[in-house]
Amino acid sequence: MTAPDTHRIDALEKVTGQAKFAGDLRLPGQIAGKVLRCQQAHARIRSVDIFTAIKAPGVLSVLLADDLPAASAWSTYPFLTKERVLYQGDVVALVAAESEPAAEAALAAIRVEYELLPAVLSIEEALREDTIVLHPGRKDNWVDNSHWPVRKGNVEEGFACSEIVLEREYQTSHVEHAYIEPEAVLATTGWDGSLIVYGATQNPFNARRAVAAATGYSLGRVRVIQQPVGGSFGGKEESMGLLAGRAAILCLKTGRPVRMVYGREESIIESAKRHPFRFRYKAGARRDGRIMALQAELVDEGGAYNFQAQFMNWRACVHAAGVYRIPHVKVDVYAVHTNRVFGGAMRGYSSPQIIFAQESLMDELAGELGMSPLELRRVNFLHEGDETITGQVLTEPVNAEKVTLRALELSDYLRKKVAYAEQDPDDQVRRGIGFATSFRGCGLGAEAPDATGAIVSVREDGSIIVCSSLTDIGQGLQTAHARLAGEELGVCPERIVSKTVDTGIVPDGGMTVASRGTFSGGKPVVMAAAQIKKILFALAAKKLNSAPEDLNAAEDWIFVRQDPERRVSFDEIVTAAFRNGCQLSVTGWFQPEPVAWDRSTGQGDAFSSYAYTCVVAEVEIDRITGVAAVKRLVSVHDVGRVVHAGAAEGQVYGGMAMGLGMALMEEISFNKGLITNDNFDKYMIPTAADMPEAYLEFIPSDGNSGAGGAKSLGEAALEAVPAAIANALAAASYRIRSLPAFKEEFWANLGEDQKGLVRTCSNSNL
Amino acid sequence: MAKKRLRLTVNGVLIDREVEESLRLLDVLRDELFLTGTKEGCGIGECGACTVILDGKAVNSCMVLALSADGGVVETVEGLGSPDRLHPLQASFLDHHALQCGFCTPGMLMSAKALLDEDPRPSEEEIKKAIAGNLCRCTGYVQIVEAIKDAARRRSPSEV
Ligand code: FES
Ligand code: FES
Repeated sequence: MTAPDTHRIDALEKVTGQAKFAGDLRLPGQIAGKVLRCQQAHARIRSVDIFTAIKAPGVLSVLLADDLPAASAWSTYPFLTKERVLYQGDVVALVAAESEPAAEAALAAIRVEYELLPAVLSIEEALREDTIVLHPGRKDNWVDNSHWPVRKGNVEEGFACSEIVLEREYQTSHVEHAYIEPEAVLATTGWDGSLIVYGATQNPFNARRAVAAATGYSLGRVRVIQQPVGGSFGGKEESMGLLAGRAAILCLKTGRPVRMVYGREESIIESAKRHPFRFRYKAGARRDGRIMALQAELVDEGGAYNFQAQFMNWRACVHAAGVYRIPHVKVDVYAVHTNRVFGGAMRGYSSPQIIFAQESLMDELAGELGMSPLELRRVNFLHEGDETITGQVLTEPVNAEKVTLRALELSDYLRKKVAYAEQDPDDQVRRGIGFATSFRGCGLGAEAPDATGAIVSVREDGSIIVCSSLTDIGQGLQTAHARLAGEELGVCPERIVSKTVDTGIVPDGGMTVASRGTFSGGKPVVMAAAQIKKILFALAAKKLNSAPEDLNAAEDWIFVRQDPERRVSFDEIVTAAFRNGCQLSVTGWFQPEPVAWDRSTGQGDAFSSYAYTCVVAEVEIDRITGVAAVKRLVSVHDVGRVVHAGAAEGQVYGGMAMGLGMALMEEISFNKGLITNDNFDKYMIPTAADMPEAYLEFIPSDGNSGAGGAKSLGEAALEAVPAAIANALAAASYRIRSLPAFKEEFWANLGEDQKGLVRTCSNSNL
Repeated sequence: MAKKRLRLTVNGVLIDREVEESLRLLDVLRDELFLTGTKEGCGIGECGACTVILDGKAVNSCMVLALSADGGVVETVEGLGSPDRLHPLQASFLDHHALQCGFCTPGMLMSAKALLDEDPRPSEEEIKKAIAGNLCRCTGYVQIVEAIKDAARRRSPSEV
């Protein structure tokens, strides 16, 4: 049923340089907005002197916290901080000036006096008995509402009947989204007294909320218009709201359009990072490999403010044990505050970290049991009819084993594993092959209602506009939606155009997160298109002397199913419908069934559908040159139906690159809480030269609850990659328990005989 | 701040104007000439989003003082091709879905063009090397490399 790939709906503008990103917009009279950052990890603000700054040439406004109607956005994060600095990115003053250099000169002229306070700089420090409590009114540093437990069976019993018990600790680091486009907004006022903000935002409705909070305007008087977003991966959410709010305030103060664009350093210093985790796992198994019990403590670093952990940790608890059937489970996930940059949503929303730990654990457990990684998994894989750790009985097809076997076959895993095991230990190059299998709950599940909307409008000439409430942030959502609408209406996708989200036009369909854009976001598109089709079929039936239910539509024709020669063109019927005053614009709305979740036990039907993934990685470590390289990645997915193959493949390749970076080279580094690698000269992400040979396959799969049978992909594409690479490194005799693999601790922990074997983190072989 | 005279040929059009001494070529293109297809991603010569072709070579325009390019010939993505007359690289990027967010795309295209102008039939390794200075966070580069290979084939089919 999948038609050949058409070009992406947004591609022509992008290859010709005509796509206008937020930073490309210009308005007459626009001025520059800038912020003064504290650059302190933890401090009290004694005084702020703006006297000189305000008199500097070209300066129009300098604002402090007291000048704002509201100090913070929906979370605890301040637009402007007044008394206490909680991390380096906190902002003390806003400046608006005629030009960027004038604004910068004004920032340099502001004098702030700080009283430095002792800082909390790690998960361990945050949890210490004698720690400083960072947020007033709290008894400890736990992030509000971030604790999500799972209690299933009785772990004590489970361990009692286990023959082998294994305990392991794993860790991950701060990872930067590194979207290539830094944050940008342009704020102006409308003729009707409203505020209009153009922005590089993943969630325009969040930005609208933030602008309303910052200015005191009602939501009805704020319009946020999303521009093409130059990458986001979960990153351009709340911090874009803060930027939008600040720009809006300056715009109202000065009466001029305000443009605010971050440089890379500001982007890295202020924006959310992938939460670092500390995992403590204890697994109990019978000699035959059956896992009887799993106990896990997952602590993530929330950083200075409460941004996502309270939601993300729910997903974390559901997936904490992986795609396995385990009768006795006790999981606790919680986050802690520190004085470092805050954690936020990043592609996977905890899953790449968890899968790294939990799939490493599976390999280590297999080693303890004297089983192969595959054997152990096959004993424990979830199948249809099994119960997950949250007590959900899986009724849709469960393809964990299927994707695994296929990925192993495609990568020639079994043969290579034997061959690599027989390598001469003195060989210069040591090879390893490993894999990881994962599942991913599609959409928001029991975290929040997965409701969303879309407007489909057919114009009198037969052209069609699809406006979703969810955003295309590069993943190709508009293209997927156009495909789904085109299929429903039986028209070629070329006649369909799409608009970015304008909060003044489409209903608030929530956030574009959780890989729900197609899975859930496609549903209102199909519903709206179906309603229009019904209207058109009623007209066509009259014309063709047939009954509407006997009609079908395909390739721009509406025809009698049994007699396709009796047909009328889509255009002709649309014109007739328009002249007859028929409704040709419909707002579709999808509201899922409510889901029951018991917070105290972590039991409930977490998600309606799950996607399944297996990634196989092959690595080579050159013991002389010290270069470790990922040579090959094979990624096999069950994502239900693939809507647009080219876009879907792009997601998988992109996930491979991002996963490779996380596994080998990416880590935000700090000196006393301040980021030391705030640009791409020191924060390395994979380049074209770092990419291994890459293979992928989507297995045929149906029978799920997604729009048009499509499940989630964007995050699934990435999540198992770091784990697979870690298991491949382990197979080459370098077991990594902390990511990225080649951080300094790795050197410290190497045995004397291994020192000097692996010296660089480069994956490059050019 | 002093202004000086700058003459450039940009996408075949002669530019002659006074510009601030401190401006980078990137600033002149984006802010003076409104050629915003060229992007800024890092400002320190590491991401390649600002890549343009100056006198036949791909350069990071954030690292070039505009006045130092005086008398030069600049090509930007806007001069590469138009919607109805796409450059083979642009057409190939479309066919291979070699972009997602599209922010790296203009720089990627210009690096690829400089490569193909110099070597019409580069190997895969040479392609990867030519775009190794262009960071892309979305695509994993696979479809981009495929697109450049295919564009090379389209441009000089006789040599297949
Ligand atoms: S902006 Fe010039 S290389 Fe990044
Ligand atoms: S397509 Fe997004 S950075 Fe390359």
